Amino acid sequence: MKLLIKGGRVIDPAQGIDKPLDVLIEKGRIASLIQPASRVRPAMDKVKTIDATGCIVAPGLIDMHVHFREPGFEHKETIESGCAAAAAGGFTSVCCMANTNPVNDNQAITLMIIAQAQKANGVRVYPIAAATVGQNGEAATEIGELKTAGAVALSDDGNEIRNSQVARLVLEYASMFDMPVILHCEDMYLSQGGQVNEGFVSTELGLPGIPNAAEESMVARNLILAEMTGAPIHIAHVSTAGSVDLIRWAKARDVRVTAEATPHHLTLTEKAVRGYNTQCKMSPPLRSEQDRIAVLTGLADGTIDAVATDHAPHDDRLKIVEFDKAANGVIGLETALGLMLRLVRQGQLDLPTLIQRMSTAPARIMGLPGGSLAVDQPADVVVFDPEQEWTVDAMCLRSRSHNTPFDGWSLPGVIKATIVNGRIVHSG
Amino acid sequence: MRLNRKDLLGLEDIAVDEIKLILDTADSFKEFGSRIIKKVPALRGKTVVNLFYEPSTRTRTSFEIAGKRLSADVVNFSASQSSVGKGETLIDTMKNIEAMQPDLIVVRHGSAGAPHMLARMVECGVINAGDGAHEHPSQALLDMLMIRDVKGRINGLTVAIIGDISHSRVARSNIYGLTRMGARVRVCGPKTMIPAQIERMGVEVFHDVRKAISGVDVIMMLRIQLERQAGALLPSLREYARHFGLTPEIIKAAKPDATILHPGPINRGVEISSEVADCQRSMILNQVTNGVAVRMALLYLLTGGAGDETAD
Repeated sequence: MKLLIKGGRVIDPAQGIDKPLDVLIEKGRIASLIQPASRVRPAMDKVKTIDATGCIVAPGLIDMHVHFREPGFEHKETIESGCAAAAAGGFTSVCCMANTNPVNDNQAITLMIIAQAQKANGVRVYPIAAATVGQNGEAATEIGELKTAGAVALSDDGNEIRNSQVARLVLEYASMFDMPVILHCEDMYLSQGGQVNEGFVSTELGLPGIPNAAEESMVARNLILAEMTGAPIHIAHVSTAGSVDLIRWAKARDVRVTAEATPHHLTLTEKAVRGYNTQCKMSPPLRSEQDRIAVLTGLADGTIDAVATDHAPHDDRLKIVEFDKAANGVIGLETALGLMLRLVRQGQLDLPTLIQRMSTAPARIMGLPGGSLAVDQPADVVVFDPEQEWTVDAMCLRSRSHNTPFDGWSLPGVIKATIVNGRIVHSG
Repeated sequence: MRLNRKDLLGLEDIAVDEIKLILDTADSFKEFGSRIIKKVPALRGKTVVNLFYEPSTRTRTSFEIAGKRLSADVVNFSASQSSVGKGETLIDTMKNIEAMQPDLIVVRHGSAGAPHMLARMVECGVINAGDGAHEHPSQALLDMLMIRDVKGRINGLTVAIIGDISHSRVARSNIYGLTRMGARVRVCGPKTMIPAQIERMGVEVFHDVRKAISGVDVIMMLRIQLERQAGALLPSLREYARHFGLTPEIIKAAKPDATILHPGPINRGVEISSEVADCQRSMILNQVTNGVAVRMALLYLLTGGAGDETAD
């Protein structure tokens, strides 16, 4: 069966395309990009057509940082419900973090995640394996075997690798297998007990603060280790101006570093926590307006390579509690594109750059298919109307958890179709 | 006459008129304490629940006495003997208590913001009796009543608050209340105990006690929480006492009539020497007396005043 996406504005940063084109999909692959005026039309009898008038047609979004909670916390999210949320948000591929229970630090869990994903809706799921056994920061995992099983990167996620020698060994060893190491940068001594960004808001609320230095000192260490080892590292959820500067410095020295920022850090500041809103409790914490602008500037100029949601489902039992007892994290798959499109509307970013940061760049960093609409590439495509508004209703999202600070927000960007491997996995 | 609010969660958002109303009402309740029969029927038939998640003898007792002097039925609920130990969440505990239809809940909790969460969840009024390192409004109100008693006013005075400002709910509430009433506020303590950007609350920051108390009208000492020393905020208590303790020698830097306050319980020889704690200018015990009057005022004003006066 052929699929023709007709009448849309095709944006494919990988090929430098931004113009009206029709996209023909055949046998799960991009068959051709057709000039709308062209007389060369596919035979229409066996073609399903998607009318993309007024819509953007782009390579499917790729989220390189999600938490699908399976195995271990299926009441928060399963791979199946996570994939439904991903498709609804325009994502065709996701990389899921290793902090499951048991931790994905061995081949069996990696294979199990892949097997569960095959039963879901078709969104591509790539496991990220733990960098150290049990994410304890003590001994490297069997990186070669994990790669063979299908893991695409390594990360201890929310845990820093505190021991610098272990971090060095992981980087050196992983680089043999071309596995990027994703680093959560937080000096746990500096952030210990911290609940929110250290600043006026933490003082007002009487909550222990997490200084920018907790992130920046660890970013600096990791950049220096990356330079020393020559291994590729990826800095997860950058939140401070100082981190952006450090990454910029490292890139100028040709350190193999990439970085991501989340839609919530690009949208909200510490002020959102006022009133003890646990939906805004996250790690790293929401920072100051100055930090937010710096991260956004870094995203626009390419210092920050990618947007990742850090989709972190938690049930009410962990969110409707005292602030200092609440879990960190917010869900993000279904609101990411809308929040980013708001920034486009505000003139902070242009659409091709946005698509590049949400699709092309994550594909390149993680070495995944997708991220481009080039002919013969797998047909992973998103079609969305960038102007149409919708209202976030936390309870109606596909994720099993509803922990979002954006409940009730009106966001631009309605997903018309999410297509994976030529198959429509979500249509709106 | 009543406060036009359901809850009293802090002094951050309170108006000058509201503070005056509370202090004036407290003034009128003060004399009940010296009566032979220390009881009026103002809150007869009202139920007040003291919900204490942190041990606190003085604040709980003060609220209990205040409620009883107004003839309210006061029920004490302390977390250690409750279902909290069985894993019940705060919201569930609260919903259960609310189902018993109290008129007011007085809550003390170790987590900043817990009373705010509760106030959103329940219909009845909530008084914050101290939440983490956030606010302790009734303490600040009694401090303000004390200052007004001794100095006749708050407007135009200079007050120095000395100690662990970072972890002090008393300091935050006093900063809000005192600055709102027109006082100048200084805070003083080791750098490790001064929270980020506190100047933005309209206070001046000092690290030298002599300079901090120079020329002030009121010195408010805070309790050093001995258990927090493990956090390495201080090299030692001895070091703290030597550099930040209020001693007869140090106090010479202050105005001769400077009033000394302390929310208690005091650590003699740490933040305050015995000589200073027991001197004429120390109002530490008078504060406790005023505490009952202020809490009577809060209970009275938040329950809408006299409930069933016709029955008398």
